[in-house]
Amino acid sequence: MAYFLQQLINGLTLGAIYGLIAIGYTMVYGIIGMINFAHGEIYMIGAFISVISFLALSAAGVTYVPLALLVVLIVTMTFTAAYGWTIERIAYRPLRHSFRLAPLISAIGMSIFLQNLVQLLQGARVKPLQPIVSGGFVLLDSGDFEVQISYLQIFIILLTVALMAGFTTMINRTSLGRAQRACEQDGTMAALLGVNVDRTISLTFVMGAALAAVAGMMVTLYYGVIDFYIGFLAGVKAFTAAVLGGIGSLPGAMLGGILIGLIEAFWSGYFSVEYKDVSVFGILVLVLIFRPTGLLGRPEVEKV
Amino acid sequence: MATGAAESRDVPFATILKNAVLTALVALILAIPLVGFETVASGAGSLTVRTRFDWVAYGTLAVFFGRLALGFWLARRVPPSSTEPGFLTRAAVFGSLHAKEIAIVGILFAVVLPFFSSSTVVYVATSVLIYVMLGWGLNVVVGLAGLLDLGYVAFYAVGAYSFALFAQWFDLSFWEALPLGGILAAVFGLALGFPVLRLRGDYLAIVTLGFGEIIRIVLVNWGAVTGGPNGILNIPGPTFFGLPFARNAPSGQTTFHQFFGIDYAPIHAGIFLYFIILALALLTNWFTLRLRKLPIGRAWEALREDEIACRALGLNPTNVKLSAFAIGAMLGGFAGAFFATRATFISPESFTFIESAMILMIVVLGGMGSQFGVVLAAIVVVTLPELRKIPILEWEPGQYRMLLFGMAMVGIMIWRPRGLLAHREPSLRLFGRKDGAK
Repeated sequence: MAYFLQQLINGLTLGAIYGLIAIGYTMVYGIIGMINFAHGEIYMIGAFISVISFLALSAAGVTYVPLALLVVLIVTMTFTAAYGWTIERIAYRPLRHSFRLAPLISAIGMSIFLQNLVQLLQGARVKPLQPIVSGGFVLLDSGDFEVQISYLQIFIILLTVALMAGFTTMINRTSLGRAQRACEQDGTMAALLGVNVDRTISLTFVMGAALAAVAGMMVTLYYGVIDFYIGFLAGVKAFTAAVLGGIGSLPGAMLGGILIGLIEAFWSGYFSVEYKDVSVFGILVLVLIFRPTGLLGRPEVEKV
Repeated sequence: MATGAAESRDVPFATILKNAVLTALVALILAIPLVGFETVASGAGSLTVRTRFDWVAYGTLAVFFGRLALGFWLARRVPPSSTEPGFLTRAAVFGSLHAKEIAIVGILFAVVLPFFSSSTVVYVATSVLIYVMLGWGLNVVVGLAGLLDLGYVAFYAVGAYSFALFAQWFDLSFWEALPLGGILAAVFGLALGFPVLRLRGDYLAIVTLGFGEIIRIVLVNWGAVTGGPNGILNIPGPTFFGLPFARNAPSGQTTFHQFFGIDYAPIHAGIFLYFIILALALLTNWFTLRLRKLPIGRAWEALREDEIACRALGLNPTNVKLSAFAIGAMLGGFAGAFFATRATFISPESFTFIESAMILMIVVLGGMGSQFGVVLAAIVVVTLPELRKIPILEWEPGQYRMLLFGMAMVGIMIWRPRGLLAHREPSLRLFGRKDGAK
């Protein structure tokens, strides 16, 4: 029971991170119907920028942890969002009316490019970071096993909840969110009614990248070690989360993320660590075969 | 607009300058975190940052002046008239008009090449041909049937591992195991393809990617059979009608050089391998060219262009796709078996996603559906990292290879989505001949 609880906490933390990345996939898919294969690399870039800004802050002598976290959060989100914007502008916008597979192939090219760019600029070695937030509570002590929740896990879950709340409000209440939902339903009609479709799509990429940047920062803090290759697996897993929750649906992405996090944690806790990635790929295949609309998605009608 | 009036056109200085400044600003923002700071290891397991702001400055200036030059060039350029094709298109048309002559010259060159070159050149040429074959195999799936397969390397791995395991456990020779490897890969293709081929194009791509990774993870972890991360060693090489290539004959056997009464030279085995893969590749090419003329080949191309119309005309899309998937897988399996016998050692590291991406890159670069383009692309992709062996070039392109290829993939999709050397000529047309002039 105690072990189960511990895996639940770990899984939720992991799921929060996957959920934040999955939102980027699901929003982009909803608005322009493409799989942004480079989104995993955006998350990787976010992780690198957060490591660099932590190091730069500590070199500058900032030692007060909450201040450092806040500054790094803002810096990481800003710069990573710039990457998201640029990628859309260079690699996807010219292809909006090209043939079906063109944006996906372009995205794969972009993903390979970004991976190698970061490898060349920052080196291929893993980047370790000293723990910044340490300590935690003991929730339950059942003799030989302690259930712990660290301050960091609390921070990750709370930050995710706060971001999700803010984000949902923005989609539902603001004019930008309204424009996004309009473009998602019918881009041409939205343009006729005065919505700047290009700008809305750009902003979608910016928001997706900012959320992925937060996920990157969380992973840096949580695992304390990153390398240029982390985006690939995390990207596939987050995409699986988006598909599981129903691609195009925002609550679905979060739900899918949490489910994937839990499945991964329980799988490695009870079955085998070696095959934990196979479990996620297997779920991806099963969901796509048996329920391609996911848990919360709408059925898709193919138009001629 | 008259084409001769280029000199007198207004050049909008202000717009060009504004664009250049904005582009440079974006480049500056992007460069500050990742170029401006470098993480360096200091002591045991900790990092510090070093600044490289000079790089940022140079990079931003380069972007500014590059964008400025591009702006002026675009403004001054005579817009290309749509009736006159560009250089690459003319090259492609020339290629398709003289396909037979080019093919004959190419094959002749390929046949005589090993007799006039060193063992290194033969080795590299063999690698090129492996990728040509993989490219042609994937071209059936991506180029003809229009199914994006991101896990093609899985079938390559199945072919390689099945040959290695047959040789290890059942003592089968290369010639016995080669067809088995292909057939096993095709069976894998059928088994994997059957459930997923109903999916839409981009979902299919991600699922095949997942399969590729699953197979690799299984190869790494199923140590009892596959040798785990260490792989399989001492895979036998092919024999020349039962004659092995070795300096000293194994007991009771005659070696190749003894039989023909020539001196032993290690290059013989290399040349023999080269001719095997050349024959396999030419066979693949002939096979796919013939398939394109069969109803099933027509169905692939029709399905690529419009799936709904195909369904309305009574084609079963799943069966059509499945046949393309299985045939592509089989060709990948043959290439895999050959790879195993050439390398004499295989491990899961040879079958990562990057390998799939490289094969896809060859197909995309060469032009989806173009056989000739795949050859050129394979030559570029494989020989680029070998250039470092030429002593005059201090530059090491291998390091930047994937960076360049990633950029090239994006660029090709934007400017020449049909591939560098492809002008899409349908395999069949209703009236008129292939004369390229129209």
